[in-house]
Amino acid sequence: MDFLRDPFGFVINWYVGLLSQFGLPPEVVEVIASLTGALVLATGAMLFVVFLIWYERKLIGRIQDRFGPNRVGPWGIFQPIADMLKIFTKEYITPDGAEKFTYNLAPILAVAAVLLLWSVLPLSVTVFGTDLNVGFLFLIAVGALGEVSYILAGWSSNNKYALLGALRLVAQLISYEVPLVLSALVPVMLAGTLSVVGLVQAQEIWFIVTAPAAALIFFIASIAEIGRSPFDLVEAESELVAGYNIEYSGLKFGMFYVAEFLHAFTVSMIFAVVFLGGWRGPAAEQVPILGFVYLMLKTFVVYFVTILFRGTLPRFRIDQMMNLNWKVLTPLSLALVMVMAVVGGLTRDLPLFWQAAAYLAVNIILLVIADQLIRLFQRKKPKQALAIRGGHGALTTSTKYGTGE
Amino acid sequence: MLGNWLYIGIFALVALLMPAVTIFIAGILAPKKPDPIKNSTYECGIETVGPSWTQIKIQYYVFALVFLIFDVEAVLLFPWAVAYNFLPIYAILEGVIFLLILVVGLIYAWRKGALEWF
Repeated sequence: MDFLRDPFGFVINWYVGLLSQFGLPPEVVEVIASLTGALVLATGAMLFVVFLIWYERKLIGRIQDRFGPNRVGPWGIFQPIADMLKIFTKEYITPDGAEKFTYNLAPILAVAAVLLLWSVLPLSVTVFGTDLNVGFLFLIAVGALGEVSYILAGWSSNNKYALLGALRLVAQLISYEVPLVLSALVPVMLAGTLSVVGLVQAQEIWFIVTAPAAALIFFIASIAEIGRSPFDLVEAESELVAGYNIEYSGLKFGMFYVAEFLHAFTVSMIFAVVFLGGWRGPAAEQVPILGFVYLMLKTFVVYFVTILFRGTLPRFRIDQMMNLNWKVLTPLSLALVMVMAVVGGLTRDLPLFWQAAAYLAVNIILLVIADQLIRLFQRKKPKQALAIRGGHGALTTSTKYGTGE
Repeated sequence: MLGNWLYIGIFALVALLMPAVTIFIAGILAPKKPDPIKNSTYECGIETVGPSWTQIKIQYYVFALVFLIFDVEAVLLFPWAVAYNFLPIYAILEGVIFLLILVVGLIYAWRKGALEWF
């Protein structure tokens, strides 16, 4: 019965018990258990990507009125496996003049940065890698580690396209890091902890209900962080060919591909954990396996929305993207943190329901104000553009009709 | 507490080794037939002119500076957010004033044209 309620936790307990029966010192048992856990989790995540690629290709195909993969296996589900086998036997082409060490390090780092995120995500009540007391900060910091791999890849390829693509990507990623981090302050404020497990436990009411504006900003910034459409300027097939990974071939390119898909899914899972209550749901505490099912359902809903965005929205221009970040999302998230802090301080003595209602009202008012302000500025835009062309401001004169690079 | 970080360290090693080993194995399986044309830098079929590590616009640097300000500020704000539930109202207002100073900084950067992309 125990096994049926919580198979993962049961297996973990059984395994740790088995190890300690051999009479090893507890430190060694801990190291071996951690190593096994890390191996299983990382391998599982890597193999899961195969399914994710199929799922995404199938959905995008349906959106574009195609069938998607449908030849290999039932519904084409073995297509990514066939692709993987093919890419395994492809030649590595290293361009002349590439920096060998950083060139080879970049794809490894790209995957490692994403895999490392899985070490702190709670999958159910009993199953999580580890409960760091700074888990949420760790998620944000390690998520940003991917930027290093992109700049390494772009810089070491000895290719102008790759360099431009990498610089653009890093400019985009570090810009969207600002609203991401600022909106991440809101759930931390509401929960009063940085531990990811604690964040899930604090969601008596889902944070997307108490702070929809923060959830919206976090979601948009997350999509920008994974470089998906409409923020896929990095890829920009028509201008930059493919961005930072242009000179990579064989499995080294495959690693970037895997990292991208896994990052998209991981970001969806982070959103589900932080704003949609993670494994929370009816009877999830008594039957932990249900919590895992709930988390997967929520994650797939979020992931489905990102794919929907990818399949339907056209690409931004780079200046529009930067404007959206610095002139809309950043001021909005700053205002949000301030207003939430004051409102929370004033309604502290009220019951939980009324406090949540106050938060919700403030969020919606803020979103409406932001929407109205955007419309107002949109109407004034021609005048502003004229002022810029006249050389108003410090950085305007040098590349008046430049290409944007 | 050390146990947590031990796990993170082991996980980091596994996460680094797994793609590295996969790439290494694929390197053994894959054919190796380099030739000068294949190894040349890709640029739409024509040869690359000048060095590939070209000069980059100042704009990237300005954005990096603005990012640095806000990221450092976020690091300072996280402890405030964690302790938020126990803070008296004046401490909350102090945090708000700190944010307001940053808003002034953002407005300054905006007015100076540092947030425009050309």
